[in-house]
This record gives sequence, C-alpha cells and structure tokens, in this order.
Amino acid sequence: MSIIITDSGFFSNYQDAKVSPNHPGPSVDLKSDFDPKDITQELLQARCIRIELPSFADGRAFTLAILLRSHGYTGHLRAVGYILADQYTMVRRSGFDDVEISEELAIRQPKKQWQDRADWRRHDYQGRLREQTL
Amino acid sequence: MTTLGGAAGFEVIVGGGLGRTPMIGKTLREFLPAADLLPYVEAIVSVYNLLGRRDNKYKARIKITVHENGIEEIRARVEARYARLKTLFKGADQQLLQQIEAHFKAPEFICEKAPEFDAFKEESPGFCSWVDTNITAHKAEGYAIVSISLKKHGDTPGDATAAQMRVMSELAKKFSHDELRISHEQNVILPHVHRSDLPTVYRALRTANLATANIGLISDIIACPGMDYCALATARSIPIAQQIATRFAKLELEHDVGLLKLKISGCINACGHHHVGHIGILGLERAGVESYQITLGGDAGAEAQLGTRAGPGFGAKDIVPAIERLVLGYIELRADADETFLQSYQRLGAAPFKALLYPKEK
Ligand code: SF4
Repeated sequence: MSIIITDSGFFSNYQDAKVSPNHPGPSVDLKSDFDPKDITQELLQARCIRIELPSFADGRAFTLAILLRSHGYTGHLRAVGYILADQYTMVRRSGFDDVEISEELAIRQPKKQWQDRADWRRHDYQGRLREQTL
Repeated sequence: MTTLGGAAGFEVIVGGGLGRTPMIGKTLREFLPAADLLPYVEAIVSVYNLLGRRDNKYKARIKITVHENGIEEIRARVEARYARLKTLFKGADQQLLQQIEAHFKAPEFICEKAPEFDAFKEESPGFCSWVDTNITAHKAEGYAIVSISLKKHGDTPGDATAAQMRVMSELAKKFSHDELRISHEQNVILPHVHRSDLPTVYRALRTANLATANIGLISDIIACPGMDYCALATARSIPIAQQIATRFAKLELEHDVGLLKLKISGCINACGHHHVGHIGILGLERAGVESYQITLGGDAGAEAQLGTRAGPGFGAKDIVPAIERLVLGYIELRADADETFLQSYQRLGAAPFKALLYPKEK
C-alpha cells in the first residue's frame, strides 16, 4: 500500500487526501519520460494526473508539472514514486498537489520530515520573482 | 552583453565546456533583451531537464545534449518554452534587480590630472614596465585597472601569503574604492585606481613582493593544483609552471615574446583550461610516468577556439625544453614583433610549430 503526503500529513487512501472530488474526468498515469508534445486537450480534462519519479535524481517530473499547469491544467496533480522529504517544497512549488510514496519509503522518512517542509511558500524565490510587484 | 538598436541585451550561447569533451558553445540567440534573461535561462534549463541524458552521468551535460540534438532542435524547444515562461514574469523580477543594482553602483570617480604618474614613469623603469603589462585602461578618465600578478617567477602560480593578502586588502581599501577581485587567471585585480595613486600602489606591491610585471606574458601561467594537491591528478602541474617561468625569466625574453597564454592541467578534467591556451599543456600518466601533451592554437577570447594536439607527449624532463624550442622558434617565424604567437600560428598553420616541437633527428 502507498502513503499520500499532503501539507497536513500522511493519508492512506485517495478519499482521505481529498482528491478533487468534483472533477469529472479520468485519472491518468504518466511516466517521467512523457513528451510534453503529447499534452492534449483530453489530458488537460483529467481529474487526476499522477507523474512517476523513478528516482529522486530524476527531475523531469518537476518540469512536466510546471508545463501541465502552464497549459491550464487545473485538476489534481500527484508526484508518485521515489521522492525525498527534502524535495517536498520543490514538488509543491512546481504545481503538484501531493506526493505518493511506498510505505517502506514512508517508514524511512517519518511525517515530521515532511511537515518541516510543508510551509512551501516560505522562501519561494521563484514565486517571488513572478509576482506583479514586490 | 550586446546591444540592438540602442537597447541592452545578451547574445546567448549554450553547450560550451572543456573537460574530457571540449566544445565551443553555439549561439542560441543573437539578441535577447536584458529584461528577459530569467525566463530565457529557465527555458534552457527546463528543455535540458527533459532532454538531457540520464543513462550515463558523464554525458548528463548541456554540451552533450546540444551536440546530440543539434542547435536547431534545442532552439525550437527553448523558444517554445520561453514563450510560455515569459508571460509568468510580470515585473517583480525587474524591481528586485533594480534593488540589487543599487548595491553595485559605480563609485564616484574623480577626474583629475595625474602629474605624479608621468613623473614617476620617467624616473623608474621598473614602474614603467609594470605599467606596460599590469595596467588595463579604465572607462573613467584618470583611472586604471591594476592586475596584481600572483605569478612571481618560480613561485606557485596563484598563491599569496597571509601578509600579502593583508597588503592587497589595505590597497583595495585605500586606493580602489574598497574593491578587489580575483581573476580566473589566478591574479588579483584592483578595479578602480586613480592614476595619480599608481606610484604609491606600485611601491607597496614591490615591498610585498607583488609587483611582478608579467600579466599576459608566458610566465603568467594558469596552472591547476595537479598532483601536488589534487586527488584526481595524473601528473604535476605546478612544478612545470614554475620551471617554464624560471626558464623564461633567465632567458629575459618574455617581454619580447609578448602576449602568450599558456595553461596547464594535471588531468583530462581540464581545470587549467589548457584547451583554450595559445599553448596548452595536459599532464597525463603513461605506463607509470608523467607525460605532457601539448595543444596549440587555443583561444579563450571573443573568437574562442579549441587548441589542437601537436603530437606525442613529452616526459617531465623534456617538456620545458620543448616549450623553449617552440617559443624561440616562434620569434624567428613571426612576421614582426607585433604578431603574437597565436596570430603567427593562425597565419602559418600547425606544421612549422610541430617541426619546432619534434625536430628531425640529425
Ligand atoms: S585538471 Fe585534474 S589535476 Fe588539475 S585540478 Fe582539475 S581535476 Fe585536479
């Protein structure tokens, strides 16, 4: 079983994590080597898109998340796979709503480690540069 | 930095790098308005993030990605990404930049005549020669840029003692609007010195053993730490640099030789930038002994060029005599005293220089 991590803690299923219940579309899984040329209107209608991170060193999912959001995707976006707690702030800043990791990985990185990074808007230098005014 | 119709901007070049796979960067965009730098650079990194090699970490480099996909493909992707990212920047970045710029204001320059400077130049040939090599023109009238050479002949290139560092910081405080910079050529720069202060600065530097007049000359060598300090090294760099500098000081020829960039790396990682030295030396290990490979014709200037390998390597004992043959030979080959080593090489091609390095057995 996997664990869902949000700003408010650990959850063990989709319902608890409150995944856009009112969004009608399907749920889609993407690999990290997904080519952004394949972003279609249909994909942008999805209720939930899960992007897989095969390793913590594979940062492609971050770029894909930013691209999906910049194409106007408003559904739920989830990072799935091998993610370290240290990366949580960056995961959130790039447009993901939450993280899904294996139970095994969650045991090695207890809740506190994620909670320490839950205030991801703090020191968000990129966000700051993109404001209208300072 | 460049301009277009009076507006400031950048020429953007990607995919350059030295190391084991040296490449000259390619122009991605001739002109980018200065204000669009952040979204454009982010677009480049974003394209590289998706396209770069992930199967082999030695190939996880922008230069490899540009080389494998071609600059046209990279440009198309970057421009598409840039168009998207640009709309996200709404002005706060420029405001922040202005705040930062306020901290880097140019000092208030005082444009006065400098009679002390001219008088001392008449009187001291040492000062005269130091001014010839170690001073660069400043944009403000009456000012000069001073390069303090950390390349005293025979010393470790780029080293300064604690006492010397104190002297330099004092000089920066008193005579250079409190600014001092370290150059990649392993020297120290005092960026804004009034010409009337140059004699005082020179005397203080001379007392501290810091007035070597050799900026841009053959003894102003970039040498990586090499085997003396670096765990990755395959050969020593520093002793080779010291020997070359000492030899040319003894020959008293380096001012006659003129501008010559010699760069030494102690292994293929190329921290000494030997690929872009007019003369580059790469220290390798061959069957347990040091072997020094020479490259010729590299250029780190505006017309960046990678040097080409001249031929088989030289042993530690043979490398300094080989460099000596090469440089003395150049003096014979050059069209006139104004033609630099690099210009002669470009005019004549590699053959006569190779002949100097590898003379036929008599
Ligand atoms: S070029 Fe090689 S030896 Fe020299 S500093 Fe770099 S890694 Fe070390």
